Amino acid sequence: MANLLEFRNVTKTYTRGYFAEAGTTALADFSMTLKEDEPTIMTVAGESGSGKTTLAMLLLGFIDPTKGEILYKGKNISKLRGDDRLNYRREVQAVFQDPFAVFNPFYTVDHLLTVPIEKFKLAKSKADARNKMEEALSSVGLRPEDILGRFPHQLSGGQRQRINVARALLLKPRVLVADEPVSMVDASLRANILESLRGLHRDHGVSIIYITHDLTTAYHVANSIVVLYKGGVMEAGDIDNVIQKPQHPYTRLLIDSIPWPDVDRRWGSDGMMVKESDATDKGGKGCRFAARCPHVKDNCLHTPPPLYRVAETQVASCVLYDNNPVLPATQLTDVLPV
Amino acid sequence: MTPILQIRDLQVSYYTDLGRATALNRVNLDLNAGEKLGLVGESGSGKSTMALAMMRMIKAPGRIESGSVTVGGVDLISLNDEEMRLARLSRIAYIPQGAMNSLNPVMRIGAQMVDAIKAHIPNMSKDDMTEQCMQSLESVDLKRNVFQMYAHELSGGMKQRVCIAIGILLKPQVIIADEPTSALDVVTQRQVMETIDRVQKEMGTAVILIGHDMGLMAQFVDKVAVMYAGRLTEVSTVRDMFSKPMHPYAQALIKSLPNLSNKGVFQGIAGLAPSLLRIPNGCAFHPRCPQAMDVCKTTVPDVKEYEGNRLVACHLYTEGA
Repeated sequence: MANLLEFRNVTKTYTRGYFAEAGTTALADFSMTLKEDEPTIMTVAGESGSGKTTLAMLLLGFIDPTKGEILYKGKNISKLRGDDRLNYRREVQAVFQDPFAVFNPFYTVDHLLTVPIEKFKLAKSKADARNKMEEALSSVGLRPEDILGRFPHQLSGGQRQRINVARALLLKPRVLVADEPVSMVDASLRANILESLRGLHRDHGVSIIYITHDLTTAYHVANSIVVLYKGGVMEAGDIDNVIQKPQHPYTRLLIDSIPWPDVDRRWGSDGMMVKESDATDKGGKGCRFAARCPHVKDNCLHTPPPLYRVAETQVASCVLYDNNPVLPATQLTDVLPV
Repeated sequence: MTPILQIRDLQVSYYTDLGRATALNRVNLDLNAGEKLGLVGESGSGKSTMALAMMRMIKAPGRIESGSVTVGGVDLISLNDEEMRLARLSRIAYIPQGAMNSLNPVMRIGAQMVDAIKAHIPNMSKDDMTEQCMQSLESVDLKRNVFQMYAHELSGGMKQRVCIAIGILLKPQVIIADEPTSALDVVTQRQVMETIDRVQKEMGTAVILIGHDMGLMAQFVDKVAVMYAGRLTEVSTVRDMFSKPMHPYAQALIKSLPNLSNKGVFQGIAGLAPSLLRIPNGCAFHPRCPQAMDVCKTTVPDVKEYEGNRLVACHLYTEGA
């Protein structure tokens, strides 16, 4: 069984200048595999600054890892050249969070769709290209006649985001990195966009890496979840387990902070205290979450806890579970169902 | 009790090359002091237009056609430009969408706050201004030293709180917050919303929260107003809205919410929101409405009051009455 995509002990550290003593570790020793013939939807969750977007950037080859390597179909993505590189560029697509930033205000939105068609030679004629564009736009719930020929400032954020999804659909990718694709879209349309993402997975065998802090939508689309905090994996596993029986204190905080659309289920009803996330807190040597954790003990402060296997398909990096067997970080994929 | 905010027959149009788009169509709304109202609707339903109209910040090609916005007995629409400038921030404050990106990166936070006071009370002493800014920062849980900082030294949640602090500087009677947390993660969102909640309780201000996150609405507001194609379709208390929504659009909206018990069920609302240039005749929602009747295609339903002070614009409930 061939690996489509493989992260091997990837670490990314951002440093400032040449003489800075220590940089910020945005992703620490992360290993993960996507199988070629088992498309999956994996959620990467965490708050701002947890390394979610760094993961996406690494996967897309926009930045190189400080340590470790990322393989696409067995080849290191930073060393891809020629046709391999073009293939990788077409087969790994992205939808970004901010639908305002990806458009060039001087071009009509058609530009965003025509460029990939030309670059990857997807259409035989102008009419064919036009058909493909209209088809992609309709499949994300847009009226092509309302969209084509317009400038980005004439469209709403929701419309622009759906154009981005349409652009990704157009290229029929193998891996789609969706970085907060619905955080700026209407609730009633969220369902439609997520459904089209799921359709892409189901009908075209596309693996989706769904990066979000919104665990409600993650729960609805994904098979598995990895919860990151300051670059480290806090909890991972089957999404049903993790959302319904969160083990790590950080995951519990995240789940407790979801604004449930239910007037009888109030925020903070389980009394979990919320401490401000502090950007200057480097986390020290121990557990990254120790500074905010209500269960912090002395042994949290020295070494980061390994991943303890709390269930068949669930691991948590927390000393509360230190009587469970340890799962080596390189075998994280074992607990992620497809 | 006279409502602190009264909106009557407010109508706003945008004059585009393709014709006149009615973004706000004869909207009536009352809000009492200390009340929190959630304004929800799809993109393009007129939520932000309503906020801008209340602030009289509609720019050409848009125009306020008619109506009145009365805050504490003063009709903002009839004020002249200078009076309106003074009313902004002191009577009615607006925290726009993505407000945290509106902070000037090359000015200290304090200088930007002092600017806001100077524009209203030019003869206040410098020490008093500083003190007022510091108090405002403290009331949103920020340290006093934020006054000396630049925007890049603050996290997203802190920047958003600075914007709230600016909003409450002059103790306005109404605060409009347009998606104040849309770019923040859940934990920070909760902290920011709790800050707004506390400040609102202390000052007794009325708050209008604009957004499309019904979950946030359930946690935060007292009343929910649902907008569709420039009209209010239903105004109910948050409990009524979530337990038994009356308008079919509100029902669809509530059903489309994801929760933990219906995994994998996506109930998006079928069809597309109408373009404001081509609002259907009759009830604007009828092409997407599962319960549409013949009368819906021809006649615009009036907003009527029902049990529990609910306002609903739908023909379904007028038949028997």
